[in-house]
Amino acid sequence: MKKNIWRTNGMQSLIASMICIILGLLIGYIVLLFINPSGAFTAILTIVKNFMTYGRANIRLKYFGSTLVKTAPLLMCALSILFSYKVGLFNIGCSGQFTAGACAALYAALKWGWGWLPCLLLAIIAGSVAGAIVGVLKSYCNVNEVISGIMLNWIILYGTNTILTAVKETASPYTMQMNSYGKKALLPSLGLGKLFSNNQYVTIAIPLSIIIAVLVMIVLDKTRFGYELRATGLNKNAAKYCGMKEKRNMILSLVISGALAGMGAAFFYLTGYEQWECTKASVPAMGFNGIAATFLGGLNPIGTIFASFFIQHITLGGAYVDKTMYCSQISDLIAAIIIYLCGFVLFLKLTMNKLIDKAEEKKGGKN
Amino acid sequence: MAEQYAIEMLNITKRFPGIIANDNITLQLKKGEIHALLGENGAGKSTLMSVLFGLYQPEEGIIKKDGVEVKINDPNDANALGIGMVHQHFKLVECFTVLDNIIMGVEPTKHGFLQKDEARKKVVELSKRYGLAVDPDAIIEDITVGMQQRTEILKMLYRENEILIFDEPTAVLTPQEISELMQIMKNLAAEGKSILFISHKLAEIMEVADRCSVLRKGKYIGTVETKSTTMEELSAMMVGRNVNFHVEKKPANVGDVILEVEDMTVASKVHKNNAVKNVSLKVRAGEIVCIAGIDGNGQTEFVHGLTGLEPIVSGKVTLCGNDISKAPIRDRNVLGMSHIPEDRHKHGLVLDYSLEDNLVLERYFEPEFTNKAGFLRRDNIRSYAEKIIEQYDVRSGQGPITMARSMSGGNQQKAIVGREIDKNPELLIAVQPTRGLDVGAIEYIHKQLVAQRDAGKAVLLVSLELDEVMDVPDRILVMYEGEIVGEFDPKTTTEEELGLYMAGAKRMEVKA
Ligand SMILES: Nc1ncnc2c1ncn2[C@@H]1O[C@H](COP(=O)(O)OP(=O)(O)OP(=O)(O)O)[C@@H](O)[C@H]1O
Ligand SMILES: [Mg+2]
Repeated sequence: MKKNIWRTNGMQSLIASMICIILGLLIGYIVLLFINPSGAFTAILTIVKNFMTYGRANIRLKYFGSTLVKTAPLLMCALSILFSYKVGLFNIGCSGQFTAGACAALYAALKWGWGWLPCLLLAIIAGSVAGAIVGVLKSYCNVNEVISGIMLNWIILYGTNTILTAVKETASPYTMQMNSYGKKALLPSLGLGKLFSNNQYVTIAIPLSIIIAVLVMIVLDKTRFGYELRATGLNKNAAKYCGMKEKRNMILSLVISGALAGMGAAFFYLTGYEQWECTKASVPAMGFNGIAATFLGGLNPIGTIFASFFIQHITLGGAYVDKTMYCSQISDLIAAIIIYLCGFVLFLKLTMNKLIDKAEEKKGGKN
Repeated sequence: MAEQYAIEMLNITKRFPGIIANDNITLQLKKGEIHALLGENGAGKSTLMSVLFGLYQPEEGIIKKDGVEVKINDPNDANALGIGMVHQHFKLVECFTVLDNIIMGVEPTKHGFLQKDEARKKVVELSKRYGLAVDPDAIIEDITVGMQQRTEILKMLYRENEILIFDEPTAVLTPQEISELMQIMKNLAAEGKSILFISHKLAEIMEVADRCSVLRKGKYIGTVETKSTTMEELSAMMVGRNVNFHVEKKPANVGDVILEVEDMTVASKVHKNNAVKNVSLKVRAGEIVCIAGIDGNGQTEFVHGLTGLEPIVSGKVTLCGNDISKAPIRDRNVLGMSHIPEDRHKHGLVLDYSLEDNLVLERYFEPEFTNKAGFLRRDNIRSYAEKIIEQYDVRSGQGPITMARSMSGGNQQKAIVGREIDKNPELLIAVQPTRGLDVGAIEYIHKQLVAQRDAGKAVLLVSLELDEVMDVPDRILVMYEGEIVGEFDPKTTTEEELGLYMAGAKRMEVKA
């Protein structure tokens, strides 16, 4: 019997993701219509265009670079969520682990004047410790990882605000400028910035994050470790039966998740693109958008690369919407709607399978 | 006028990737009859029943109810036509109560509020009328499989179904529960309900069914009246050759002690008392020891304690001279313990892994399957899987890459048995190894158990099946309420005598 290409997993994920994106844009458009019909189409177009709104090629390139700068940390968060998801855990604590990484990287950079590599390593360690706490609570005290993750997010947030106050500018709630006070810790660009019309924030973080996505895929699919992790996620009892250390595996997967999130934070804050605001009242959205990127990417590390880019693309595109027609929150709202719909990929895949069944049946009935 | 059939499935064909599960099958079910469906593992019985229940759509063929063609798109349609099914692997919500499971989807409501009292009355009434004892408020995961099954049957009766499908209902039941079920089925048929009954146990079919249809490799072979046939004829129709129901074996050549259990006590998960109390026993190289008993007398917990799935409260377990009382499961495996688990879906398989990945579930870390850098050696896994598939005749649509979930129940079991025996263990713990297997496969597995013994390995068999208990082992230990209450030589004892010990009516002092 010949294989139906619509049945292949990759194809289905791709189509489902596309449909989600289109639906999200459509609903976003409708919302814009309600608020102010005259500018709606231009606005949605602006969001989709993002850096393409600029007429000049070199400026386009520069802002394309900025989108990539924000994609790298999001991709890391998405990988973090994906990794624990394969073991059957939902790492909602990703935002907290990201925050812990930010805290470690910025403090080491601004207070101690460390170089970028030790800063990066410290961020990884901070993220993994945050992940390990959730993992240990889950394995040994059977505390649900979602609950402990959310709680920990708050603790880490306020802890970070307190710690980073030591390195903030006197007149503002923001941490000191990296390019004046933490120069040594800035990630090297290796000339990549030049490719993007001298965008100083374009660094090795971008290629590194892509390499890590590939590594994650290899680890999950091709190694003994990945085999164990997936087995634990799919059937904990069978994993125990065949002698896998399910508790150790759970902790380990959360440690790795945390490390990925922490690394993501270093990939972002060590570019100097943004400063930490020490009065922040919520953890950075990066960790939550990571959930959307994971699902939009069809739970596949490579798919996640494109999904992360897309999400940052529309988020940044939202910034260009005409503020005389729409209030300034509109861009976040539209981006949020689209991201929200991204979560429906799995549901769509199920529906698609049902439709294919029906179609095949009809064909089968005829011949 | 032609005979009135309750259900006719005419020329049904259903294909799956790589396999034709049903190839032009016709099945006619008379009103008020019990119609058995017989066939080897993977012959397509469950598939055919799932077609009738609306879970699968056939590529070809039609279904008629009372002579009128009907379209069954999903189980709701089946239900509306009065068709109910008890699945081979139950479909109950584990964390709900019996009552909630029974009324699920057809909850009586008034102004949007649940009317549970009404439902409860009806359930209690049905349960009395048909002798289906259940506790409506018990949670599914806490009750025995027997009671889970009675819940499934009540689910059908609650929906007032007229056509009842039983997919291997007896595979998981104790002999007592089986005879109760047979009586229940007869009563239901006498009331005019029509029953389709799948079983691999020929004696059951002979006892309860009026007619029997046989499938082989997806094809329809024929239908016979049970009154005018024999078990031998049925098995020949099914596998295409004569099956030997008796295990041939040489006298045992017993060697050193391989497994020694001293005063083992294991806690129970459902009640406060211990499930296993001070059990001591020895299994030697070259012998098959069988633990017999009625289900729920501590056999499960004993095996869990032995294999490390549950911690033991006290006692000592020695395997080939190594104290393994507290050893991790992996160490026990490496020391030469193999375990065919009682619950193949819970412990035995990762259902969403491919067959080949399941076949290396306990060996993936060995150098043959993982290289020094920690990468899986896919080609070795493939060829190893192909070997086991071939040797144990594990049938599936796509061979090594078939998802375990899509395999027939019996073939899932054969895969596990093959995996465990092929590890060539010093001690093989086989818990109900032939559950759900066809007579041909049972014959093969029994031969393999004897071959292990003849190769000087120790085999510990746990079985509820009296035929198996009498036929396969060299020594029988009866377990009752968590204790060993008798030791017997299968050559000199009788089923009646064992029965007395299993029911707790008699006991003797047993020295390990
Ligand atoms: N959902 C599915 N997807 C793919 N293949 C399937 C699926 N269900 C069943 N099959 C294949 O169809 C064949 C028939 O399976 P079926 O479950 O009907 O067998 P069975 O007669 O009930 O066997 P058993 O006695 O072992 O329960 C098997 O080879 C199985 O691998
Ligand atoms: Mg079946």
